[in-house]
Amino acid sequence: MTKENNPLMRVENLSKHFKIKEGQILKAVDDASFDIYRGETVGLVGESGCGKSTTGRCLVKLEQPTKGEVYFEDKEIYKHKYHKEYLQQQSQNIAEINPEQAKLDYTKDVQMIFQNPYSSLNPRMTVKDIVGEGIRLHHKNIKNKELEERIEYLLKDVGLSKDHISRFPHEFSGGQRQRIGIARALSVDPKFIVCDEPISALDVSVQAQVINMLKKIQKERDLTYLFIAHDLSVVKYISDKVVVMYLGNIVEKADSEDLYKNPMHPYTQALLSSIPIANPKIAKSRKRIVLEGELSSPINPKEQCRFADRCKHVMPICKENKPPLITYEENHEVACHLYKK
Amino acid sequence: MNDKKLIEIDNLEFSFNTYGGEVQAVRGVSFEVNQGEIVGIVGESGCGKSVTAQCLMKLNPEPPGFFKKGSIKYKGEEIISKTERQMRKIRGLEIGFVFQDPMTSLNPTMKIGKQIEEIFIERKMYSRGKMKEKALEILKTVGISDSETRYNQYPHELSGGMKQRVMIAIALVAEPSVVIADEPTTSLDVTIEAQILDLLRKLKEDLGKSVILITHDLGVIAKLCDRVLVMYGGKIVERGTVDEIFYETRHPYTSGLLSSIAGLDKKREDELSPILGTPPDLFSPPIGCPFAARCEHAMEICLEELPEEYEVSPEHKTMCWLENEQAPNIKLKAKSYEESDLI
Repeated sequence: MTKENNPLMRVENLSKHFKIKEGQILKAVDDASFDIYRGETVGLVGESGCGKSTTGRCLVKLEQPTKGEVYFEDKEIYKHKYHKEYLQQQSQNIAEINPEQAKLDYTKDVQMIFQNPYSSLNPRMTVKDIVGEGIRLHHKNIKNKELEERIEYLLKDVGLSKDHISRFPHEFSGGQRQRIGIARALSVDPKFIVCDEPISALDVSVQAQVINMLKKIQKERDLTYLFIAHDLSVVKYISDKVVVMYLGNIVEKADSEDLYKNPMHPYTQALLSSIPIANPKIAKSRKRIVLEGELSSPINPKEQCRFADRCKHVMPICKENKPPLITYEENHEVACHLYKK
Repeated sequence: MNDKKLIEIDNLEFSFNTYGGEVQAVRGVSFEVNQGEIVGIVGESGCGKSVTAQCLMKLNPEPPGFFKKGSIKYKGEEIISKTERQMRKIRGLEIGFVFQDPMTSLNPTMKIGKQIEEIFIERKMYSRGKMKEKALEILKTVGISDSETRYNQYPHELSGGMKQRVMIAIALVAEPSVVIADEPTTSLDVTIEAQILDLLRKLKEDLGKSVILITHDLGVIAKLCDRVLVMYGGKIVERGTVDEIFYETRHPYTSGLLSSIAGLDKKREDELSPILGTPPDLFSPPIGCPFAARCEHAMEICLEELPEEYEVSPEHKTMCWLENEQAPNIKLKAKSYEESDLI
C-alpha cells in the first residue's frame, strides 16, 4: 500500500455537541483528530455511546460538527455551505461555489454503509430504485437500459444475481440486504466509504461472507474505508490502523498489529482482554481485566481523564486535567498520564 | 459433578401454523441437563435454539405453535401435558428465564423492585418486608451497587448492562434450580459482556445451579460451557464436551462455523472461509441432512436420507454421513491456535 503525503481524509479537532436542555450539553465527540490515507482501512472501535457513529456521520455530512474541520482531498467539507465568513474571505470563489452542487459532488466521493440492513432500505422501493437512485442523481440523462446494465453489474459485484433487480427488500435475507446496501454505496463510484457496523446484525457464517466481499471490493476499486465496529477481532482482521474511542475522546491510535500486541491505554488493555475467544483452553486460562462499573455520562463531562473513574491505575493527576494525545512511539499515540514523553 | 438429571428432552418436535404453512421449528431434539453444569446451545438465527428453550417453559404461544411429538421431563415430571395453571408453579420458581433483549423485556411502567418481587406477590409467599429484603439481596448478588436506590428506579434510568443484571435478578430471585439464558449478552458491549459472563459462571460455581446458555457466539461458549449442542435447521447436528467440539470437531457445519470467525489469530492476508449459501427453509425442510445444500463434503446420500447420530465418544455425537464406514475419509478444516498469537 503506497502512502501519499497528503491524507485522503483529515479530521482536525472534530467536536459534536448536542444540547439537551438549557445548561446540559452532551459531548458525543470531543476534539478528535485523525488522518486516513488513500487505500487504507482505519478501524474505529469503542463501546456503545462512545461517539464512534457520530464521528462517522460527521464525515459523510449527515451531522454538522460543532467545532473542528474535516478535509477531504485537502478541501474543507463544511465551509462551502455553512461558513459565510470563510466564503467572503475567499471572495474570488464565492460566485463559483454552489452549496447544493458542492454537497452533491461530495456525496459522489463519500458514501456510507449502515448498520441495520433491516431498517436502512426503503421497503417500498425495488432493488433497482434503491441502487439506481444515486446513479440517476448524478447522471440525469441516463437511459433506462444503461441504468439497468450498471445495476446488474453492481449486483454481480456484491454477489447477487440480476434476477433480483425488481424485487423488494423483504424478499431478501439479512446478508443479502446488507449486500444491497453495499451496492447502493458503490453505485456512485465513491473513493471513500464509512462502514458503520456493517456486519454486527448478521449471523457468524454470513459475517465472513460480507467481510470477504468488502475486502475484495476494496482491492478492485482502490477504496478507502473507515470501519466502525465494536467487534475487536473483526477490526483487527480488516484494518491497517485502529483508533480507540472512549466517551467522545480518542484514547489510543496505532497500527493495527502494534495495537493488539502492545496496547498501552488501560482502557484498550481491558477492552482487548475481554474479547471472547473461540478456544476453550485459552478462554479459560486467559487473564482478563474486568472493568468495574459502566460508562459514565457524556452529559457535561468533567475536565479530567474520562476513563479515570473506571481505571485501576488512577492517579491524582488524572482527576485534575485531561491527558493530551501524545506520540509515545512511532505511529502509536496514546492519551494517558501513565505515559510521559 | 453430580449426575442427577434435571431436564430430559426426548425427540421433541415443535411447529408453528402460519398462513404460509407449517414451520417446523424444532425437528426431533433430544438432550438432558444435569445438576450444576452449563450447557450451551449454539447456532445461527432461525435454527430453533430459542424455540427449544422456550418449549421448556411452554412459553411459545399455542396456537399458532403446537407440540408434535416427544417429551420434556423436569425432575421426572412431564411438562408438555401440564396446564397453564400448573406451569405457573414451575416458571420462575423451578426454572428461571433470562430474556434476550433487556431493553424491551422489562416493564417500563414498573419500578425495578416491584418487577423482582412480582413472582412472590401473586403467590403470597412472603410478607412485604421479607420480599423487599429478598429483592435487595438478589440485586446485590448480581452486582448492582447502591441497591436501595435502584430498587425504587424505573428501567429507563438504568443502562443496558444494569438492565441485564436486573433480568438475571428476576430469574434468580425465587431460587430456581435451572436458569435458561437466551442470548444474555448479545446486545451488550464486550466489557459489560465480560461482567455478565462472570456472573453466570458464579451461578454455577457458588450456587450450584444449572444453566442453559443459548448464543450464536462461539467465544461465549468457549469461555463458559461444559457441554455444547450445535443446532442447525431444527436439529442437533453435533454434541459433546466443549473441548471435543472445539478440538475434535466432527461435523462440517461446526467446522464451518469455527473457521468463519475472524479470530484474533487470523492474519490480514488470510481469507476467511465463510459457509456459502443460506440456512434451509423450515416450511419444507430437506428430507436429507439439513446442512447438505451448504456442505462442501456433501455426498448423494446426504440429500436423500437423514443421517443417524454416530457416537464418537460417550459424550460426543455427530449427525453426519461422513461417520459411516462406507464414507470417504475426509479431513475437516482444522482450526489451530498458536498460543503466542494471543495476548
